[in-house]
Amino acid sequence: MPEEKFRYALEPLFGAGVEAMVKHTPHADYLGIRVVEIGPRYAVMMLPYREEFVGDPARGVVFGGVITTLIDHASGLAVACSLPELVAIATIDLRVDYLRAAVPGKDLFVRSECYRHTKNVAFVRASAWEEEPNDPFAFCLATFMLGANRAGSPFPGGGKQHG
Amino acid sequence: MGNPSSRMQSLLDGIPYARFLGVRVAGSKGHRELVLPFRPELIGNPILPAIHGGVLGAFLELTAILCLLDAGVRERLPKPINFSIDYLRTARPRDTHARAEIFKLGQRIANVHVVAWQTDPAKPVASGNGKFLW
Repeated sequence: MPEEKFRYALEPLFGAGVEAMVKHTPHADYLGIRVVEIGPRYAVMMLPYREEFVGDPARGVVFGGVITTLIDHASGLAVACSLPELVAIATIDLRVDYLRAAVPGKDLFVRSECYRHTKNVAFVRASAWEEEPNDPFAFCLATFMLGANRAGSPFPGGGKQHG
Repeated sequence: MGNPSSRMQSLLDGIPYARFLGVRVAGSKGHRELVLPFRPELIGNPILPAIHGGVLGAFLELTAILCLLDAGVRERLPKPINFSIDYLRTARPRDTHARAEIFKLGQRIANVHVVAWQTDPAKPVASGNGKFLW
């Protein structure tokens, strides 16, 4: 019987609730980030609401930078989910547009998609929402360098430089 | 008025997320710095090891907001329109410093540049640019 071939290195893990993807990253684990689902070239993650994440106490709104962390993490995973073979991944840059304030008290979701990658660079877009995926409160574009170094990764078998 | 540095620290402590990270104010007005003290919980990649890029970005954004509050023109918190981060070097497991500069203060929009470094200000680990309604 021929050995089974996967198009994506992480294909055996595609599906819902892959906790190993977060447990390898102390900061993601510390914030309580959870993987909702991963699949070909995308990752969906969730951050349960905590009062410690608030940036504007008068409005109860989560600090924008917390959303950056969730987006950066989901985007790195989306890149890993687009590769036939895992290599080290490092964030080159990331820009977040804050479309509106997130509704206070709600868990936050991010879906990142690696829509294109070349030999050296991966391009990602991501959106964040708390109630309806088609009513995002933030949108993001990011680029990642592939094969950034020889170090390993928080993702099983791969590498991501900045975390 | 009291000590302006402790005023900045209490403004910072009014932001729950800043308290959560343990961010503190250093330097004096005009040369204000924020410090993100290293803790193992900040690690993003345990193998290198390196601080998580996301928390570094959040720290840059916090520094930009504090810079606008430090300018003291308005009291309320500025609202971010967008924030852009360039990652320049691996952030190692040690304290990180950041300094912001108001690039342009318009009628409604402030454009702020931020740089973060660890041991040498000439070797930044990340830089950021934010636009805020203020």
